[in-house]
Formats: sequence, C-alpha cells, structure tokens
Amino acid sequence: MTDKQRQNLINRVAVAFGWIAAILFFFPIFWMVLTSFKTENQAIAIPPLLFFEPTLENYTEIQERTNYSKFALNSIITAFGGTGLALLIAIPSAYSMAFNTGRWTKDILMWMLSTKMLPAVGVLMPIYLISQKLGMLDSKLALVIIYAMMNLPIVMLILFNYFREIPKEILEASRMDGTSTFNEIRQVVMPLAWGGIASTALLSIILCWNEAFWSIVLTTTEASTLTAFVASFQAPEGLFWAKVSAVSTLACAPIVIFGWLAQKQLVQGLTFGAVK
Amino acid sequence: MANLKIENVVKSYGNVQVMHGIDLDIEDGEFVVFVGPSGCGKSTLLRMIAGLEDISGGDISIGGSVMNEVAPSKRGVAMVFQTYALYPHMTVYKNMAFGLIQAKTPEDEIDRRVRQAAEVLHLTDYLERSPRALSGGQRQRVAIGRAIVREPQVFLFDEPLSNLDAALRVQTRLEIARLHERLGTTMIYVTHDQVEAMTLADKIVVLRDGRVEQVGSPIELYERPQNAFVAQFIGSPKMNFFGNADFVAGRSPGADKGDAIVGIRPEHLEECGEGDALMSAKLDLVENLGEYALAHMVNDAGTEFIAKLDKAPSVAKGGTLYFTAKPELVHFFDSATNQRIG
Repeated sequence: MTDKQRQNLINRVAVAFGWIAAILFFFPIFWMVLTSFKTENQAIAIPPLLFFEPTLENYTEIQERTNYSKFALNSIITAFGGTGLALLIAIPSAYSMAFNTGRWTKDILMWMLSTKMLPAVGVLMPIYLISQKLGMLDSKLALVIIYAMMNLPIVMLILFNYFREIPKEILEASRMDGTSTFNEIRQVVMPLAWGGIASTALLSIILCWNEAFWSIVLTTTEASTLTAFVASFQAPEGLFWAKVSAVSTLACAPIVIFGWLAQKQLVQGLTFGAVK
Repeated sequence: MANLKIENVVKSYGNVQVMHGIDLDIEDGEFVVFVGPSGCGKSTLLRMIAGLEDISGGDISIGGSVMNEVAPSKRGVAMVFQTYALYPHMTVYKNMAFGLIQAKTPEDEIDRRVRQAAEVLHLTDYLERSPRALSGGQRQRVAIGRAIVREPQVFLFDEPLSNLDAALRVQTRLEIARLHERLGTTMIYVTHDQVEAMTLADKIVVLRDGRVEQVGSPIELYERPQNAFVAQFIGSPKMNFFGNADFVAGRSPGADKGDAIVGIRPEHLEECGEGDALMSAKLDLVENLGEYALAHMVNDAGTEFIAKLDKAPSVAKGGTLYFTAKPELVHFFDSATNQRIG
C-alpha cells in the first residue's frame, strides 16, 4: 500500500465513523417523529413498523384535548425572559472582567462555572421553599429568574471571551472621545461583539427551552413549560408511545426551527462583528 | 495657551518603577518627538499625558492646570493610535463625529467640523464608507481626522506611521508636518524611527529606561549629543566609537583626554592618503546604495566601524583604507560616565 492509498483509507474510515455517530444521534429523533404518526397499536407493534399508513390522529387529539399553545407560550416567555435577564447581568459583568482584568478575574469565572458542576437537585429544597414563601410557585417569573441564574456562568464566560477579542485601543479611543461607560458598552462593545452576543443568546435560549427539572418541580398548571407538558403524559397505566412522541415532536419543533433560522442570522452576525 | 508641563513624573507597576522622575516643558505650538528604543517608556509617558495611564507621582499640567485626576476627554488632548483604533462598525463620518456626539455638540456644528476636517485630509469622498473599505493610509487619515474635529489643545501621536508601508510613511509624515504648520497646535509624537524624529520635531526628547537622556532640537542632538547613548541613537548609520589604540600612534585626537571614548560619525570619516591618516583598517564589506556607499571596516585591533563614502572604495575586500576626520567633528565621551567631555 502506498502512502497515498493509506491516507485515503484512513480518510474513509474517519468518514465512516462520522456517519455512524451522526446516525446514532439522529435515529432516536427520527424514530420519535415517525412514531408520532402511528396509531398506539402500531407504535408498540413488534417487530417495529418502518412502513405504515401515517395518521394525524395523535396531533389532532393533542390539539383538542390539551392546552398545547399555553405551554408553548410559557416556554417562549421563560426561555426568552431568562436569556434576557442573564444577558442584562452578564454583559456589564463580562465587560468589567474583560477590560479591567484583575488578579482574581479568572478565579471568579472558574468559581462561577464550578456552580454548574453541582447537581440542581442539591438546591431543590432551598429554592422550593424560597419560591413558596415568596408566593412564586407556579409563576413564570420564578422560572425566568432561575433560568437566568442557571445560565449566567456560561453566558458570562462566553461573553468574556468574545469581549476580550475587541482591541483595547478601540476602547481607549472611545475613552478619549469622552464616552460614558454605559455608552461605551451600548455603542462600542455591543455592536463589536454582536455576533458573540447573538450566538450566546441562542445557546441560552436552547438551554432554557430544554430545561425540565425546575419546570416540573416548581410549576403545576399556570406556568408549566413544554418539558413539563411532555412529562405529564406519563400515565399510571403506562406510556402512550404515539401520543408522547407527538407531544415531544411538538416540544422540539419550535426550537429546532428557531435555531435553524437564527443560524443564518448568526453567520451574518459573526461576519459583521469581525473586528479587523 | 496650551503649554504642557511635566514635573517629576514617576510611574510604577507594583514595586517596579518604570519612569524615574521625568521633567519636561513643552511650549505652546511646539512639535515634540519622544524617541527611544522599545521599552524606554516613551509610549507610557504619552499615555500618562493622555490620561489612559495613571501617574504614580509628580504632576502633568496642560495650559496651567494640573491634569492628574482629569478624565482623558476633558484634558483637551486628542490621540492618534498606532493601530488607528477606528470604530469598525461606524462610517468614516460617524467615526469622526463620535466624540462630538458624546460631548453633545450641536448637529450643524458637528457637520461643519467633520466636513472641514475631511476636506483637509482629502476624505470627503469616503465619509459614508466603513473603515474596512479604506486603505491603511486612508484609515490613518480618518484617525487623524477624529483628533482634529475635537479641536484639541494638544495632539498626541503614538507611533502613527509604523503600520504603513515605506512610501506611504513618507507621504503621511509630510502631511502631519503640513498639518502642524496649518493648525499651529502643540503636538507630541512618539516614534522609534529617528528619521521621523529628525524631520518632524522642533524638539526631540530622547528617552532610555524611563529617564530623559537629552532634550534639544534635532540639530543640537546631532551635533552635540550629551552622552554616548544619544550619540549612537541619533544618526544613521550610528556613530562609530573608538579608543586611543585604534588610531595611528601619536595621532589620536583624544590623546590628551585619557581613555575617553572617541566618537566619529560614518559620514565624517574621510578617505585620505597614508601620510595624513588618523587610522587605517581593512575593508570587510561594501553596501553600495548608488548615492553613497557604506564601507564596513575592521582594524588591526579588531574594532569594527562604518565609513560613509561618496562612492564604493577602489580596493577589494581585505584591502587597506586610510581615514581622517575634521577635529571639530570628533566627539569625546567619558569612558566611565558616558557623558560628553569637551
């Protein structure tokens, strides 16, 4: 075998591994969507059916018998609200950390990030009790605050890294121009880091959207999000696979579509934000 | 009036002192160049004047008032950065107007000043472009324009030409000189390029290791350098240093000055016959630049020096050349203190 042939072989094997990984990731989602178009009987048929006559009965039933749109609206409000609040806190914090880096800046960031290593259930009791005392159980505001806190470390870390890419001289120039700190963030830093802020926001929205633990624990009916909605389909008699699949598909679809649309904006944002 | 006074200014980072008591008087309308090797503190000093760097001790006053604690934008100074530091997301117009907008200047006044500056700098056709769509030279002019519109009392330039190519550098240098002539404003200019220093300055400040080595007009620095460092720093190629042993026995110009360092600039060495020679050396290498030739020489003692000749010497590599120099063009420095003597 020549070197070139060997290189070709290695490339092919690598590509094959890539495909296997992609299929492994994609298959459950594919199967979920497929199952959502089956009847309950078809869904539990053994051997599993790959070809069948699709039906929309699960979707119509969900529309008729549940309040999908309310849960979806809650998801949207909490995901965007939580992200908005996180950015509101993170942008000034990351600004001060990136441009007035002190001896402990890195340690503070690491410490903030280390809170993400704790299991959420570790603070279940205090957060539940605080929410209860404040009368914020089953409220969207509680979820917005918790989602913001939950994503704050990662949002700050990413923004910190984006902000540090901005040449210091540009900020010095704006100081010479007499820009106030607020205007400096709003008129210089944010436009320059726009791509970074947008992609960070997108990540945070996805993380909030997919969050289930707090939504299930802290809400009952009024503020429940789609993830709690999916979980509520667990019935004592067992799972209705076809319906759960349909609900899950409905829960995933908006964020997938949103992410896909936003991605195109992001590419634009990233090139626009290019500093040099 | 915007004279600038620097009194005993000190800068330390923690325990490390980098500026050691700088004293400097800059008259209104003067063009002053800070020059020195990298790390000498020239940029730090400029940034302290701008207010971008804190002052650890001493006073900086502009137009009679102490500016130590005054915000950069309120000192009446404007700075042009080496990297231009334009706002990439704003048009050329907005870049120049930004400072005035922050100062809440009336819109028609902003427009008048920006258009006037654009005209001076030949940028009128580019006002609506983004900095990305400009060449390096144009970007630098925008950066200068941004400084002009603020009508500062003092302009600060931090190595403004070092990101430009050679031809553009010469052109922009001329434009800055013209600008100074036209505006008559005090300008402080940092560079490590001594050609820029010599051509632009009314007054050159030579810095080394956070200390002022010499202040003077370009010609003073060239003709009467205060010490060996300034002597070698100003002038290109740099001044040759000799000891008594490098000269023909009994002919050393420094014979009566003990073991002083004898300095002779390459352009002041003249080729001559053996009889009149102060020294002789073997030719090692010739750099022929057409207009003149640089002869790199090595003498018997192993001392290397350069002679700037009108044309390439007639001898081949290894051949002996004889040199003399006019007594008034020979410099002497104390070998212990490096200070000028006589």
